[in-house]
Amino acid sequence: MTTIDRFEIKRLQVIDESGNADPSVLPSLPDSMYKKFFETIVLARAFNSRALSLQREGRIGTYPSILGQEASQIGSALAFDAADWFVSSFRESGVFVAMGYPMPLLLRYWMGDERGMQCPEGLHIYPMAVPVSSQIPHATGIGMAMTYRGDKKAVAAYFGDGASSRGDFHEGLNIAGVFKAPVVFLCQNNQWAISVPRSRQTAANTIAQRAYSYGMEGIQVDGNDVVAVYKAASEAAARAKAGGGPTLIECHTYRLDDHTTSDDASRYRDKNEVADWQKREPLIRLRLFMEKKGLWTQTYEDGVTNKALEQVDKAVAEAEALAPPLTADIIRYTNKELSPRQLKELKEHGG
Amino acid sequence: MPWTKTYGNKTEFEKAGGAAAGLRGLTYKEALHEATAQMLEADKDVFVMGEGVDDAGGVFGSTKGLHLRFGRERVMDTPLAENALTGIAIGAALTGMRPIFVHMRVDFVPLTMDQLINHAAKWHYMFGGAVSVPMTIRSIIGRGWGSAGQHSQSLQSLFTHAPGVKVVMPANPYDAKGLLRSAVYDGNPVIFIEHRWLYDHVGHVPEKPYTVPIGKGIIRRQGSDVTIIALSLMVFEAMQAAEALAAEGIDAEVIDLRALKPLDTPLILESVRKTGRLVVADTGWQTCGIGAEIIANITEEAFGALKAAPVRINLPECPTPASPALEKLYYPGKDEIIAAARKTLKARHDATQFSPRIARQGHRGIEKRGDRP
Ligand SMILES: Cc1ncc(C[n+]2csc(CCOP(=O)(O)OP(=O)(O)O)c2C)c(N)n1
Ligand SMILES: [Mg+2]
Repeated sequence: MTTIDRFEIKRLQVIDESGNADPSVLPSLPDSMYKKFFETIVLARAFNSRALSLQREGRIGTYPSILGQEASQIGSALAFDAADWFVSSFRESGVFVAMGYPMPLLLRYWMGDERGMQCPEGLHIYPMAVPVSSQIPHATGIGMAMTYRGDKKAVAAYFGDGASSRGDFHEGLNIAGVFKAPVVFLCQNNQWAISVPRSRQTAANTIAQRAYSYGMEGIQVDGNDVVAVYKAASEAAARAKAGGGPTLIECHTYRLDDHTTSDDASRYRDKNEVADWQKREPLIRLRLFMEKKGLWTQTYEDGVTNKALEQVDKAVAEAEALAPPLTADIIRYTNKELSPRQLKELKEHGG
Repeated sequence: MPWTKTYGNKTEFEKAGGAAAGLRGLTYKEALHEATAQMLEADKDVFVMGEGVDDAGGVFGSTKGLHLRFGRERVMDTPLAENALTGIAIGAALTGMRPIFVHMRVDFVPLTMDQLINHAAKWHYMFGGAVSVPMTIRSIIGRGWGSAGQHSQSLQSLFTHAPGVKVVMPANPYDAKGLLRSAVYDGNPVIFIEHRWLYDHVGHVPEKPYTVPIGKGIIRRQGSDVTIIALSLMVFEAMQAAEALAAEGIDAEVIDLRALKPLDTPLILESVRKTGRLVVADTGWQTCGIGAEIIANITEEAFGALKAAPVRINLPECPTPASPALEKLYYPGKDEIIAAARKTLKARHDATQFSPRIARQGHRGIEKRGDRP
């Protein structure tokens, strides 16, 4: 018998929990980039906590928190350009904020307004997918179209650990591998799919190792280390754009909050587990690392926080000031041209 | 309109004076092939994908050799993954491409329901009209070869339910070519359902590209006594039935629906208001089928015009039998349409016309067809 293939799964961590960088993997980034990481995480967190309180006040509907996952989302999103393409699940507020998606629109969406997903000119972020995993094939299709057109753009595809059990994940990655589609598959392994733990999704040690069966690179990164996520995603995006095909990145992170505002995770999750991950949340180590580099002071952070809160306040005011959609809009947008029945219904709704 | 008539094969077309009249006869599959080739030729955004689109047979001839002419990156053989491939087509369509995704059998399109119904049908709405999914899903209804329950289904009604997709079923070569072009250039996803038994039918097909509007039915034969609404292969059966009925003095109007969604209700209503009688001949099952929808529309909009209870021609409520002998009994055709039309006319003098008996007899079960000639 001979061994005909073998694989190895690497895990990347650049900054440890005490804020120390591993010089062998530390990318050379300008100071401004670390500040950008920090400021975007603070902004996304401010957005997230405001969304949660708006939900409690009944001003928006059910909302899925990203608390704890900011490094995975922001580190990866910032590795792409505005001209690249994004497909996401519903738990990607951090990605939207990082790419400069207007926060009032994002809030409108969670208030229950489709217009919130009308992506502005210059960005290519597609509406959040609610059927878990179903957005993965879209990413492959967009990537294949980019290749066909000779358009050197990459696609960032976000999904969870639970999504990796569905056929769409396997089919979507398999085909991306076959056609060398320029896609970076970013699994946000937050250890839970509502109440189902990661250990019940797959008997495989990592989600990253799935990559090998589809003929692509796979890596696990410490998803609470924004620099590691950024480094892995940048390399994958560059490889995709250079024609090197897709990559699967497993961002090993943790969902610190409930699944959504309609969930109570304390019923199925051990308090100690949550407390343990709380200590590893992404901002703590980034703060320590930046302090050592002389980039962080309490005054700096206060300034950043205040600015973020102001931006979020403004976004909430703008979102709430937007005129509600017209009744006739219920009908108007279903088809490009309306059928006789739709036209009749449109009239009934005053359109 | 000469192209509203189809023939069983090229010889029949010629015998009927096709070429002599300066008309070009093409088979249904050639019409599909020509439409696809012309779009691939003229538009870099159009591409074909599907399992086996580049094989020697080329999806029963409809994509044959296209990969040699346009390259495998535009006529793309794919791995086996119906649902994800639909998602891939959606992704490509979102970037402005116009995918034609071909399924050899409609039986496997239900595997793609999540992408079709939860995504393709919703994008235009979810973007507030800003983006659309110009995606065409071609698939074929099988029949014969003992293909049986999982290879001979007529599943169009599954797709007509959810808003946001269109469903077309061309019945002749002219429409096959024109509707395929319309589907590819439509702003919404279009489910394009063909019938394997139509593939060799011949009719006039102009060479120049043209479109046939989606959502417009067409009167194939004008008549005043009874309206026969048919689709796909049943149009062929209905035309033959109408000829036979004419011999007994019954003047049937035949409507080829062409699209199930949007449904051409104005055309249907106008015809039924004229004839007062209706037979709907579908290739699929009865429950929640297009016949139910059509009859419900008429009941709502033109109840007073009905002179008799409408009759539906459908498959018996069971899967297609594998046995060729049983299969022969399974499919209704022109004889059932003739009987149904006669029934609607007799009903004029029949006080029990609205009784459940009529409704029951309207459903053509196997056991009732023992007396078929
Ligand atoms: C196809 C499908 N099945 C089930 C659900 C219900 N559901 C919503 S979120 C979720 C868990 C998803 O877990 P994961 O992929 O890990 O993402 P996370 O919520 O942790 O971000 C489930 C099962 C759904 N939305 N879609
Ligand atoms: Mg999860």
